[in-house]
Amino acid sequence: MVIHEDPYDVAPVRLVAPDGTAVGDTDVGLKPDELRDLLRLMILSRRLDRECMALQRQGELTVYPPFEGQEAAQVGSAFALEPDDFVFPSFRELAAAIVRGVDVVEYLQYHRGTWHGGPYDPIASRFAPICVPVATQIVHAVGWAMGAKLDRLPVCSLAYFGDGATSEGDFHEAANMAAVFGAPAILFCQNNGWAISVPLREQAAGPIHTRAEGYGMPGVLVDGNDVLAVYSVTRAAAERARAGEGPTLIEALTYRMGPHSTADDATKYRSADEVKRWRERDPIDRYLKHLLASGAADESFVADCEDEAKEWVADVRAGITSLGPPPVDELFGFAYVEPPESLERDRRSSTEAPDG
Amino acid sequence: MAEYTMVAALNAALRDAMAKDPRTLVFGEDVGELGGVYRVTEGLQREFGSERVFNTPIAEAGIAGICVGLSLAGWRPVAEMQFDGFSYPALDQIVSHIAKYRNRTRGRTSMPIVIRIPSFGGIRGKEHHGESPETYYAHTAGLKVVVPSGALDAYRLLSLAIADPDPVIFLEPKSRYWAKEQGELAVDGPRMGRAWVRREGEACTLVTYGAMVTRCLEAAEVLARERVSCRVLDLRSLVPLDLDTLAESVRKTGRVVVVHEAPRTLGMGAEIAARIMEEAFDYLEAPVLRVTGYDVPYPPAALEQRYLPSVERITSAVRRVVSY
Repeated sequence: MVIHEDPYDVAPVRLVAPDGTAVGDTDVGLKPDELRDLLRLMILSRRLDRECMALQRQGELTVYPPFEGQEAAQVGSAFALEPDDFVFPSFRELAAAIVRGVDVVEYLQYHRGTWHGGPYDPIASRFAPICVPVATQIVHAVGWAMGAKLDRLPVCSLAYFGDGATSEGDFHEAANMAAVFGAPAILFCQNNGWAISVPLREQAAGPIHTRAEGYGMPGVLVDGNDVLAVYSVTRAAAERARAGEGPTLIEALTYRMGPHSTADDATKYRSADEVKRWRERDPIDRYLKHLLASGAADESFVADCEDEAKEWVADVRAGITSLGPPPVDELFGFAYVEPPESLERDRRSSTEAPDG
Repeated sequence: MAEYTMVAALNAALRDAMAKDPRTLVFGEDVGELGGVYRVTEGLQREFGSERVFNTPIAEAGIAGICVGLSLAGWRPVAEMQFDGFSYPALDQIVSHIAKYRNRTRGRTSMPIVIRIPSFGGIRGKEHHGESPETYYAHTAGLKVVVPSGALDAYRLLSLAIADPDPVIFLEPKSRYWAKEQGELAVDGPRMGRAWVRREGEACTLVTYGAMVTRCLEAAEVLARERVSCRVLDLRSLVPLDLDTLAESVRKTGRVVVVHEAPRTLGMGAEIAARIMEEAFDYLEAPVLRVTGYDVPYPPAALEQRYLPSVERITSAVRRVVSY
């Protein structure tokens, strides 16, 4: 059986091996407290992700797409950005949202079913609305980067998308336009091996990262479960973008440990053996071993992270479960800046109806 | 008195908008040095530079998609689709994002985007060059949809559309691109969302838009010789629809014929007839009739005038409702 962990002949950029030993230059320019923060953010992310699965099973969230296994790919890349950079997520990037400081209770309103796309403030948090139409957000990231370039701002955008998204026309149009316009954009593919039930080999006959050459931009293959490697390559892409050298395509090899969403049953299409082998490459275990061995963190730091996570997740749960439906008036409130008069009439008749 | 083609008037509207607001951008396929295949953007790149007026790759979804990102970055995109029939790859970005973004972000973002689409038939064009796509957009909440019928109003409507805070689909009737109109270019006059009575009359109202306004005026002229006086209502805006002026027309004439190029089924005529029933049923003296394109793909040049509403078909429909 072809397993996803080594889909290509070339080795990805890797600084820390799955057993935690350094296999590259792990001095990626981060200070000890930043190195510890990467671990902390991955732990917080995983605890929240698992809590969301529980919340969904308890009927407190609608369908939820878990990201367990992809913490390093998301945390490492989001951590490499500056506050003024802009992230364009798909729908599985809660860990990146956490790193960006997005209000998590507001974010989860999406999965609570109380509002669509971006219930948080996308402008203040520099984190675009959750985007479900596959690959469409990549074009937005390129447009934003073009706008930033016109303003001569030293910033970049980063679009997250999956391996399946690279089959869409919008991926191609975004990549081509990014390169043609020299947009300061990072196209960050989390190749988790599966597009719902379709494996990578049925999605694409050639590697994703090497397509970059055809577009006229650098393509980088990175071990997406190695948080330092992800940070390092994303940081380099961001610096390139800021320096006016244009876009970069990054393909991060990772794995979705859970189902596509809570509505999916992953046991129908992939083997327990494959999942087990990826569990052995767990991004948090790997980085934890590395930090403990290097002395950058100790067991008490890890215990502190777990305590913080426990408390924080309980707060998020309380925030989410207390959310009721928005006022009916909001049904009409946002579609237009200047709504048609007929819509105003509908609003009045709907909200003033005796049965509410 | 000055004289303008619609192409010249649209060009002037773009130029004035760009001069007024340095955040306005114009882009699309061939809009740079060439000035677009219809020359609507002629001279703009030289005047405003290639950062604000630029060619894009042939990528309609990409053109619409970058409008979203550019809007988030504080720019006002005015994008050109080269032809109606080539605008469909952009539908996903327009429907899923441009129309919904403000709503999805609880009003924290807005999309002040104009997408210009040379539309409709009557130019002896090849296939995919004579489409009437208005219903796709009018049916999509979050968009405004406008259609000018002549040069002077094209200037006004495009100026208003660019200044509008909501996304506007701007459909340009290709067959009127080169028709001349005398007068001065001005933004003053009917606002977005208001219909315009182009001819007063008592017996029947012809409700129409785009190139069919001219044809309805011709029909009204023919009918006037038969002492049947027709009011011609140029909708200008399909979203929002000017229900007040529509109802006023029904109250005044009691009879309505809707005329458009688009196929009949679920075309604007269906919406207009339904709105008339809701707003002014008691004033109707006869059923509302529609004179439209047929429910077939747009025909080749040799047959297009058999497809488009003709003066004969329009006058015949008016005679039917008047004698009802």
